[in-house]
Amino acid sequence: MSKKMPATPLLDQLESGPWPSFVTGLKKLATDEGKPYADYMKSLLGQLELSYETRKGYWKGGTVGVFGYGAGVIARFSEVAEKHPESSEFHTLRIMPAPGFFYDTKTLREMCDIWAEHGSGLVALHGQSGDIMFQGCRTDQVQPAWEKFNAMGFDMGGAGAGVRTAASCIGPARCEQSCFDTLRAHKEIINDFTDDIHRPSLPYKMKFKFSGCANDCANATQRADVAVLGTWRDDMQVNQAEVKKKVAELGRKEFINQVIRMCPSQALALNDDDTLDVDNKSCVRCMHCINVCTKALKPGKDRGVAILVGGKRTLKIGDLMGSVVIPFMKLETDEDYERLVELAHNMLDFFAENALEHERTGEMIERIGLVNYLEGLGLELDVNMITQPRTNSYVRTDGWDDEVRKWNERKSAAAE
Amino acid sequence: MSELRRPTESGVPEATKYMHPVLKKNYGKWAFHDRPRPGVLRHVGESGDAMFTVKAGTQRQMDVYTIRTLCDIADKYCDGYIRFTIRSAVEFMTPTEANVEPLIKALEGAGFPVGGTGNSVGFISHTQGWLHCDIPGTDASGVVKAMMDLLVDDFKAEEMPNRVKITTSCCQINCGGQGDIAINVQHTKPPMINHDLVSGVCERPAVIARCPVAAIRPALVNGKPSLEVDEKKCVCCGACYPPCPPMQINDPVNSKIAIWVGGKHSSTRTKPMFHKLVAAGLPNNAPRWPEVSEVVGKILAAYKQDARAWERMGEWIERIGWPRFFEMTGLPFTKYHVDNWRGGRANLNQSAHLHF
Repeated sequence: MSKKMPATPLLDQLESGPWPSFVTGLKKLATDEGKPYADYMKSLLGQLELSYETRKGYWKGGTVGVFGYGAGVIARFSEVAEKHPESSEFHTLRIMPAPGFFYDTKTLREMCDIWAEHGSGLVALHGQSGDIMFQGCRTDQVQPAWEKFNAMGFDMGGAGAGVRTAASCIGPARCEQSCFDTLRAHKEIINDFTDDIHRPSLPYKMKFKFSGCANDCANATQRADVAVLGTWRDDMQVNQAEVKKKVAELGRKEFINQVIRMCPSQALALNDDDTLDVDNKSCVRCMHCINVCTKALKPGKDRGVAILVGGKRTLKIGDLMGSVVIPFMKLETDEDYERLVELAHNMLDFFAENALEHERTGEMIERIGLVNYLEGLGLELDVNMITQPRTNSYVRTDGWDDEVRKWNERKSAAAE
Repeated sequence: MSELRRPTESGVPEATKYMHPVLKKNYGKWAFHDRPRPGVLRHVGESGDAMFTVKAGTQRQMDVYTIRTLCDIADKYCDGYIRFTIRSAVEFMTPTEANVEPLIKALEGAGFPVGGTGNSVGFISHTQGWLHCDIPGTDASGVVKAMMDLLVDDFKAEEMPNRVKITTSCCQINCGGQGDIAINVQHTKPPMINHDLVSGVCERPAVIARCPVAAIRPALVNGKPSLEVDEKKCVCCGACYPPCPPMQINDPVNSKIAIWVGGKHSSTRTKPMFHKLVAAGLPNNAPRWPEVSEVVGKILAAYKQDARAWERMGEWIERIGWPRFFEMTGLPFTKYHVDNWRGGRANLNQSAHLHF
């Protein structure tokens, strides 16, 4: 006999209104009698309603995994299983989607069928980690569900103190502003780190994210230990005929307000004939004018990536933004991608050897100083790494002459 | 156990395998894009090919029936391809302009609001909450549903000065990330410790090391090894709770909601910004959090009315100044808004620049 639907007066209030309701979805699963997840989800709804009543969560972690891997399943055991026994185990499988979150419907339907057979029928597309979150699975169903996802060509995502699932913007697949192939870089790096994703043994987590330009649609700067952002070195591309059209469309005053005045480095001016004057040496490649004038302006042609390291959220010392460690590198040829992957490995190895337990890359750099990090990785100093030189005079400078010599040697080597 | 299958350690699949042929053909060769109407993007390739994208909101935590409905729509109008954005919106792409209007109708008819493009209020990025997290102070899905019900018109229109990204987080770790507006749990009392369980459940040195203000120390309580918290030092962040569940931080009354504004991930115009605290002490009032909606509504209304074109929330406030922000929103300014630690000096006004 099937289980009775629990009363959910609080959750019911989240069914009305114009936005799609997750509660309606949960109920649909719970009332599809005869399906393996119906009673499971009735029980889950009962527990969730309890949380809404008491304003407390009732899940605890644990260790559940699949054969051969040490991460990727987020174990959840209920603390109120005596009242809600069917959903006493409600684990999540993190599965990595294709870079850019692309699917065909055959693949999505197949995933739904697997999850309807082995899990709760509830899926988050996607978690903040960038994974498909197959939410709600009994311990004994984790392995069979996983084997089917894996047979489809999908692999498990990261969790714990390892390399995590990456995220990338849509990149060259549908964006003229993307300065590198975000989807390829994502795949090349992640697929070279599968061991560190599946068998976490680092001081703490390590995340890579990829955005094709300074708009940073993948939220990499602040959400990734290693943020790879597209940029360019030469002059931005300007189609003056389209600029004139845009000036005519917005009106001269609005064009000045919306484009010229908003430039953060005052690199733009409007000429008397309504064409655009660009001071490319002052331009910081911020993307604003390009965003507003999508037909008239484009990034330059000598494109590549900047790499910012150390971004993270609050735990433990507070939020950190990534900061520049590579102002520019080309990312076009196979050799360029090999260099990127090698650099990523160097960053990971340095982190593994030097970070304290539960310390992120940004916290480690704050503790040891950026200069030590650069020296440890063999990266060359660049003025683009700072907002301004130091303001505190308490620094020992007896290696000054050596450093000046290094700088001059680098400059003359670059000039040759 | 000999039947266990070794995993195929394949990593992520090739993205092009799941891309519409028109995307593959024009990969890296797009010329420009525009937005024919809110919710719709048009990308034009150097080849002259056009690709129309219709963007819609979902509930993120989706049942298989909902996903199959999305698949039905994609099969009918988009040659069986579908994509999701980093903020859990869904994108339907078609090279056929005539498909756009029927596609919008089909999505709206199935209950998926079309929008989230350009200068709109995008879908709220959120976390797991009571549904699945082991440490949540609130339910992200519920807060998001309640908020989006109120903001749906701003999702469907492009009438904001710039895009507005709202995030929620169910604890102070803030998995939701930076937002123009961030709705985050803020605990106000130190953890309640169940001393009978600590030694059996918690790795005590790891818990002590986790505390950002060194307020936790080992202690012997009722003859058992346990931990104690210096309540004068404790900042009620809850960082000790994940590694040590007997240090319960969530409290139905004292776990409050705080609102932060002006966060920004992009380097567009200004450098990326962290969001700043503007309101706290709001009740964790499930199932619809009306007090939170009221504050968010005030902030959005002031921004919409006063910001210049393309100013993000944080940029707008930098221009008008914080005194004006608090005046326009009517929010009280308290000692808790002052960043009161050594590194917080950068947030003090070290100048004669004053607003009257």
